[in-house]
Amino acid sequence: MANKNAIIEVKNLTKVFDNKVKAVDDISFNINYGEIFGFLGPNGAGKSTTINMLTTLFPPTSGTAMVCGYNISKEPMEVRKSIGTVPQDYTSDSDMTGQEYIIFCADLYGIPRNIAVPRAAELLKLVSLQDVAKNKIDSYSGGMRRRFELACGLINRPKLLFLDEPTLGLDVQTRTAVWSYITKLKKEYSMTIFLTTHYLEEVDALCDRVAIIDHGKIVKMGTPKELKAGLGGDIIEIGIKETSINISDRILKIKNVKDVKRSGGEYRIKAKNGEELAPKIIDLILKNKYHITKIFLTKPTMDEVYLEYTGKSIRNEQSDKDAQFRQLHTIRTARM
Amino acid sequence: MPDKIKTNYNKALEAERAAEYEALNNPLHGIWTIANRELKKWYRVPLLLIMTLIQPIIWLGLFGKAANFGSLFSGASFNIPGVNIPASVLNNLGNTLLTNTFGTTSYFSFLSVGMLVFVIVFAAMFSGMSIVWDRRLGYLNKILSAPIPRGSIVVGKVLSGVVRSLAQAAIVLIVAVVLGMDTSYINPVSLLVAFAAMFLLALSLSSLFTMLALRSKDWQTQMTIMNLLNLPLIFASNALFPTKIMPSWMQTIVAINPISYAVDAGRQALLGIAGANPLWFDFLYLTVFSIIMVAVGMILSLRYLSK
Ligand SMILES: Nc1ncnc2c1ncn2[C@@H]1O[C@H](COP(=O)(O)OP(=O)(O)OP(=O)(O)O)[C@@H](O)[C@H]1O
Ligand SMILES: [Mg+2]
Repeated sequence: MANKNAIIEVKNLTKVFDNKVKAVDDISFNINYGEIFGFLGPNGAGKSTTINMLTTLFPPTSGTAMVCGYNISKEPMEVRKSIGTVPQDYTSDSDMTGQEYIIFCADLYGIPRNIAVPRAAELLKLVSLQDVAKNKIDSYSGGMRRRFELACGLINRPKLLFLDEPTLGLDVQTRTAVWSYITKLKKEYSMTIFLTTHYLEEVDALCDRVAIIDHGKIVKMGTPKELKAGLGGDIIEIGIKETSINISDRILKIKNVKDVKRSGGEYRIKAKNGEELAPKIIDLILKNKYHITKIFLTKPTMDEVYLEYTGKSIRNEQSDKDAQFRQLHTIRTARM
Repeated sequence: MPDKIKTNYNKALEAERAAEYEALNNPLHGIWTIANRELKKWYRVPLLLIMTLIQPIIWLGLFGKAANFGSLFSGASFNIPGVNIPASVLNNLGNTLLTNTFGTTSYFSFLSVGMLVFVIVFAAMFSGMSIVWDRRLGYLNKILSAPIPRGSIVVGKVLSGVVRSLAQAAIVLIVAVVLGMDTSYINPVSLLVAFAAMFLLALSLSSLFTMLALRSKDWQTQMTIMNLLNLPLIFASNALFPTKIMPSWMQTIVAINPISYAVDAGRQALLGIAGANPLWFDFLYLTVFSIIMVAVGMILSLRYLSK
């Protein structure tokens, strides 16, 4: 099955908890070297469960995966050596100092002190925490804590990094800072990154490819661009003063225009590459000496993609309230 | 990154990797790291340490000194009106009575050894329960995803519990000596014997509590149950009172209770008291109990950790 480009190969991976909760349901996908791959899904979709299997926290119920060339069920130790993980919850001991805890992490990976100390310093610098290394971790803010966890996850210089909701609960500014560190990792260390999130902007800002996961199944996979394009392209809304004249046919003749809807002087145009098309439409109108009253360009967001694939169906049904409650309860207990 | 730098970087990386992997080949890798972190948490917070020792020390001070059975029977405090028994006779009588009951004339010394074991039981329980917090705080996931065998994680945990228990017992012993425990039998050998017995008890109880804590979903109930269990277990042993004065049904419990064997061995070693069992039998019982608890604890913990 060896696929030369794939650093992760997942085959029919399934996890059933307590013989009843199917958290991950027969998923298969590949992640290529150097990619930032995003797992996008609502609460309880099975994101963490997938990561926990790939990072060998617990074995799958069925199916398997190769991570960095090792089988997660047969060679978990080899997998653990080659990956870095930053779990969803904060893991660090808040009563240690940052320096102590990152060295503790190095010890877990058997890194000798003479390598660990300069490396820890380098990593703390990477996430701009070098000045607070000697402070206790419980004095760190939420954003510092996340960045610190990120540094700890890098202590063994992994080829592949797992980030479970790396920006959960952070404010927008801090989130952007974390994103910049993630992009830096990819660029400077040619690291492959698998992250989960339920923030759509995050996928847009970071990911080369995305899989949308819901109820343990992958419902859609592709580049953010592809997914958005799959929705049918951009929307240009344009208004002209001359409400009695119909220019629909003339607009439709322009290349890449897919659909035009007119109501009075207002046109709603569905098109590919809206930003290149808009000037052409403006040209057409001006050449005819009509007057533009307004123009508006919307690109489809991940929001709409997400809604399209996860939102509509089952989620709105009444009967699901119980299931949602149960789910929340299980998550709470599982997190204890 | 330019390609040249990248290659250099990768070369340096490979060299470092080789050093790391060598350490990982050591089968004991991780045990000390994990145990050390536990111990750090413990000795770093002196207040917590003091808090855990306050209870046994107060018991020693209040209970051991207040229930000074010796003074009940001394010539100064006790006499029968009209019958003038000489004080020396009364003192003698008192001492014989005490020696018959406690094996020594000092109830305080008798209780001190019981308190050492009391400390072991509670320290083992608390260190076992700490794994519940590790799981809640995500720390357990961190060590589970590191290249450390599952077994080493459990061993590291149990080991730190044992070290903690023994260190606390040592502190209580020093306090007891300062407060007037009989030291005439204390020497390096007797200390070694007493601490060996306590080591076995600490090892078995730490394994047991670690296993229980790992499997419990609801830590609050677990904590309550353990607290409810611990005190009766101590009362139903020879730690506080001699077995002789107990009702016979209780004596049966005492005879099964492993705590009694650690106390019995400790008293024989530290106070030179004739024990309920020969010393070798105390050790045999404790060893067998430890082997069973460690085996069961390890197997169940491992199974839980790799579920
Ligand atoms: N240890 C467990 N025991 C039982 N059920 C579990 C356990 N862990 C997770 N589940 C269940 O599996 C499902 C998927 O959970 P998972 O944590 O993978 O979701 P998630 O996508 O990471 O969600 P979130 O965004 O909330 O982190 C949920 O229904 C959850 O209740
Ligand atoms: Mg999750």
